[in-house]
Amino acid sequence: MVRTGGGLLVSLAVIVGGILLASLRVNLYFYFAGYVVLQYVVVATAWNILGGYAGYVNFGTSAFFALGAYTAIFLIEAFRAPLPVLILAGGLVSGLLGLGIGYLTLRLKGVFFSIATLALSVVLQTLIMNWDYVGGAKGVTVIRPGSPLFGNWVRLLFTVMVGLAVAAVTVAWIIERSWVGRGLRALRDSEEAAECMGVPTLRLKLFATTISGFLLGVAGAPFPYYVTYVEPSSAFNLDYAVNALAMPMIGGTTTWIGPVIGAVLLGTAQQVATVTISSELNLLIVGVVLVAFVVLAPEGIVGLVRRPRGR
Amino acid sequence: MVGGRLEVEGLTKRFGGFTALNGVSLDVKSGERFGLIGPNGSGKTTLINCVSGALSTDGGRIRFEGRDITAIPAHQRTRLGVVRSFQIPKPFISMTVLENLVIPLEYAAGARAERADCAAEAMDILRTIGLESKAHTRPAGLTQIEMRKLELARAMAAKPKLLISDEAMAGLSSGEVDDILTILFRLNERGITIIMIEHIMRAVMRFSERIIVLDAGEPIAEGTPNEIVRNSAVEKAYLGE
Repeated sequence: MVRTGGGLLVSLAVIVGGILLASLRVNLYFYFAGYVVLQYVVVATAWNILGGYAGYVNFGTSAFFALGAYTAIFLIEAFRAPLPVLILAGGLVSGLLGLGIGYLTLRLKGVFFSIATLALSVVLQTLIMNWDYVGGAKGVTVIRPGSPLFGNWVRLLFTVMVGLAVAAVTVAWIIERSWVGRGLRALRDSEEAAECMGVPTLRLKLFATTISGFLLGVAGAPFPYYVTYVEPSSAFNLDYAVNALAMPMIGGTTTWIGPVIGAVLLGTAQQVATVTISSELNLLIVGVVLVAFVVLAPEGIVGLVRRPRGR
Repeated sequence: MVGGRLEVEGLTKRFGGFTALNGVSLDVKSGERFGLIGPNGSGKTTLINCVSGALSTDGGRIRFEGRDITAIPAHQRTRLGVVRSFQIPKPFISMTVLENLVIPLEYAAGARAERADCAAEAMDILRTIGLESKAHTRPAGLTQIEMRKLELARAMAAKPKLLISDEAMAGLSSGEVDDILTILFRLNERGITIIMIEHIMRAVMRFSERIIVLDAGEPIAEGTPNEIVRNSAVEKAYLGE
């Protein structure tokens, strides 16, 4: 109970800190870059609920992210819906897609599941490319409504992302400590044994894919307002899929803090590299770091820190 | 609390064109020590996969304590009390031995109350099976016999009424076989029905009150250990003409 209370305090502190940061009048670029890092905290945490806790590696992260973004675009085009509605709707639609891929786990395990999610991403991108209402292949320009909170859209979106990141991490934290988390861990170790020990594996997997999908959609929903111009190849960018997988792997997949560490470190490194060296260097950094970690520290940074203490 | 009667009626299972089980029927009474033997490939493991729910059936009926369980998922059968152990141990490798037992306690035995209680109960089970010194190690650090004991301990934690032990003794020394037998006898004394699948004849013959012999997916003999030993059809199935 003490720990739960402490967690709540930390969450509140982070949100208040975010609002305070947003009221500071520093260079807007910092909010712009901070948004991306926070967005990756959400994406990595969401990926990890399925990939880390349940052991089902999703290569189609970009599909869920983009679906959130395109749901938002549709609602903006059709109803000029406000931001909270966009975020909720983006989450729900992607959550539904998550539920769908959850049923795939009945027949597809391991690498075959991963291939299916990758294929899903390609199929969805093709569909969006041919849907003119949301811009089709040439993309769509989104006009931000005037006079937002904090006097500026970038500052507002930054604050919103702080809130979403805290929410995502809290969800992961709760799952990890609950009987659901322990059940997912059992099925990651051995699905057959888990089922025979009374764990309702299908229901837990559906839960994991749905929550994971929901959070990925949530991360993608503010994207149109952030970039103001969305086209399929940016929303379905492979970066999301690669980062979503690399960040938890680098941080450590077994705890909620792993994806956060990975996202902050790798996300920041990418932002710095984009400014100082070249924007093309991003994926190279991810690739090299990922290979290094897979070989040298398969349990990520969390594993490195824990090892000296034994276990 | 005596329960655990299992009735299997005309169970059929096909893999493509191959019939692994052809109308197998058996009736295991509650509290019984039941042996299931047969040459390799005779369908023993397929039979228990069907009973435990890991495989769907292509015909026939499975009843547990009078209730038809043919179509319900495996985890629900476990909750009703049909629990199996695996031929090749499948421990939860990322958890400690103790945590391995908490999963069935929490999920199958319906003890979702307090975690501390679960841990205490898991420790009790480890003590009765002689694994308490390993409670906080990972399964990777266990020896072969300890791994088998963990497999049984985890099955016990699911509070079985019917325990299906799938070759729990393969590859063990004769002293270790006696260890496992003692555990199974003790479980049976508590009223748990036990089906033992085993290749070690000394163990099955000593343990079982009744034995059924499968060959090529069909039961060829049934009776007490003494009757089975003298049965010529069984001899033929194992040794050929």
